[in-house]
Amino acid sequence: MTKSELIEYIAEKQDHLPVRDVELAVKLLLDYMSEMLAEGERIEIRGFGSFSLHYRAPRMGRNPKTGDAVELEGKFVPHFKPGKEMRDRVNESIHS
Amino acid sequence: MPNGALTKADLAEKLYEELGLNKREAKELVELFFEEIRGSLETNEQVKLSGFGNFDLRDKSQRPGRNPKTGEEIPISARRVVTFRPGQKLKARVETYAGTKP
Repeated sequence: MTKSELIEYIAEKQDHLPVRDVELAVKLLLDYMSEMLAEGERIEIRGFGSFSLHYRAPRMGRNPKTGDAVELEGKFVPHFKPGKEMRDRVNESIHS
Repeated sequence: MPNGALTKADLAEKLYEELGLNKREAKELVELFFEEIRGSLETNEQVKLSGFGNFDLRDKSQRPGRNPKTGEEIPISARRVVTFRPGQKLKARVETYAGTKP
């Protein structure tokens, strides 16, 4: 499923809202979640999962082209941990 | 969020403030947003949200495990799990966060 399909499916179930509003809403949700993560906030959606930041320590890397060693700075990366309902529902599908 | 994590209520509040949806519509939309993503994953279909990231599915085969309390060996059954791969745009936004390093 892509973002435009997600917008389409939500719009089908919310037929009193114009598709344009659903589109704006989905984009705003994703943008707001990104913004909050970028500010170091956690996001906790019950039954779905939580998003947080994980720290990656500085390390020595290599330029794949030249083979030269380069110092890579420490950085934060987004992390998602699925919630219990998500884990259970997805895992059930393996048996069907 | 001064008191802890961002929740569905905060997301609904944002839709109400910025898009002028009424509170009920905003709440329903947030519910549907997460429910549709979960529904897709539940039918073993990957979800690709450009700019944000992809939710992928991985099938793991059975592996040996152990009850940490008793030390007894018990197999961990085959399972399907969700993984999230952040998109380039989200990674770039988050990388520069200058918060306290653990």
